[in-house]
Amino acid sequence: MTPPRALTRSLLAALLMAALLLPMIAPTYYLQFFAKAMLLAIVAASLNLVVGFGGMVSLCHGAFFGLAGYVLALASPSSSGASLWTSLPLALLVVAIAAALVGALALRTRGIYFIMATLAFGEMFFYFFHDTRVANGSDGIYIYFEPEIVIAGWRLVDLGNKTSFYYVALASLLLAIIVISTLVRSPFGAALMAARDNEQRARSLGFPVFRIRLTAFVLAAVLAGIAGYFSASQFGFVAPQTLGWHVSATLLIMVVLGGMKSVLGPVFGAFVLLGLEEILKSNIEHWKLIEGVIVIALVFMLPGGLQHLAQLAFSDRRAPAGQPGSGASRAGRQHHG
Amino acid sequence: MTTVLEINDLQSFYGVSQVLYGVSLTVGAGEQVALLGRNGMGKTTLLKSIIGLVSDRRGTINVMGQDAVRLPPESIARLGIAYVPEGRGIFGSLSVLENLKMSARPDRAGRNHWSIDRIFAIFPRLAERQRHGGQQLSGGEQQMLSIGRALMTNPALILLDEATEGLAPLVVRDIWTSLAMMRAEGIATIIVDKDHRSLSRVADRMVMLAKGTIAFSGTPAELASRPDILERHLGV
Repeated sequence: MTPPRALTRSLLAALLMAALLLPMIAPTYYLQFFAKAMLLAIVAASLNLVVGFGGMVSLCHGAFFGLAGYVLALASPSSSGASLWTSLPLALLVVAIAAALVGALALRTRGIYFIMATLAFGEMFFYFFHDTRVANGSDGIYIYFEPEIVIAGWRLVDLGNKTSFYYVALASLLLAIIVISTLVRSPFGAALMAARDNEQRARSLGFPVFRIRLTAFVLAAVLAGIAGYFSASQFGFVAPQTLGWHVSATLLIMVVLGGMKSVLGPVFGAFVLLGLEEILKSNIEHWKLIEGVIVIALVFMLPGGLQHLAQLAFSDRRAPAGQPGSGASRAGRQHHG
Repeated sequence: MTTVLEINDLQSFYGVSQVLYGVSLTVGAGEQVALLGRNGMGKTTLLKSIIGLVSDRRGTINVMGQDAVRLPPESIARLGIAYVPEGRGIFGSLSVLENLKMSARPDRAGRNHWSIDRIFAIFPRLAERQRHGGQQLSGGEQQMLSIGRALMTNPALILLDEATEGLAPLVVRDIWTSLAMMRAEGIATIIVDKDHRSLSRVADRMVMLAKGTIAFSGTPAELASRPDILERHLGV
């Protein structure tokens, strides 16, 4: 069962309201935590465009996230902040070109070979920054000043202010959700899902599957790049670990945990995983072990991801069976899809 | 009569094994061609070679006057061919309506002959099920949707593989009705089906494939007067 649409909407509106008001009550530490979680939620949601809606499991997504941070680090002068108006487009352009190159080659493979190809490309980015002096090698590189957002000499937003940064992260997350939802509902989204369901069939209907997948791959990378850029600005530091394969794997866990069938699933997946880490980290010594057990248990109990919880919660409100467009039919689609 | 498809000396391969050995076939605008033959004689391979899903093919294939033998399936489809494969290949995560909407494309002259309403008029069952997911449909409904989706691309030629295989009698009747409608609309078809009697009622030409070559080609009346051909190649 899916919850009634009106209820879903009011729940989401309440969540948004809470997110808007949070800075008034939460201590700075938690603002920073939520900003970090919102940025990673963008990366998880964008990865789901490729994995969930496109049906392509990529292990290179973390590389695009980290690459944008590296571009910001390299574009930042040592004595002042880089201008956001130039450094953000530059970072996104570099990410888009990198993703187009990786996608153009990796998308010629399918299934397990696509996973291996993206893993290999991801590792190439890792070792490029790890083993060369381009950006300080394995030591990583510092960003001493946050990017400046200035219009005609007037500072629009101070990214160094934790509250302002929180709102920038929130705005970016909302933007990403709107972009991804719009894409998924557009004819482009239908073609992407059609290619996932049956590639040959989509091609023989006249859809250029390769080009559609490449577009989705590059768009997802650019969204990850936005998050990577602000994430690097938040922590003031980028290291090769920022774009290693374990980042991509963690993102995949967020996607699977949250649920691949919806746009918002991975967003909640990111929050739950990071929240879980936060709680376990401060209370338990070998917290990774416990985290693993909890994640495995969640996957077993909720095979459709966390979005499945909402369906279970409303399972007693059964709509009359067999009505077209009723909750029953939509839930059915999600189970089988 | 203008030709929509002209195949000359087509040879198709799956890896090292050759399936088609020099097939030549011309389909005129609005012409209904029935493709007959036992299992394994190359009927499906011929259809897949035309749409480009069998990429290892030699010879010439002209679609709407354009050389198509080296084109990928998506480009061939856009020349005006729609393929309804055996097993239908419905996009399971999209609804009936979405399956139809996404396929909508004008023909090469920019005209739209088909609309969702027209598809629903031919197959009222699809209208009732329009919000259901593709995976919730029965086999017959899937076949209707697959044909509807093909029509939405406004094709000049439809390739139908095993048009009525495994469907309930009432659904089969609907499918044959839709074929008569395509004929009336001037859409050319190549139809593969086991039911050669029904085929002979809708087809202009009966083509018999045997071991990757064309063993017979002629009108339904000509085939009916050659029981030896039917006996040898269909075993009836």
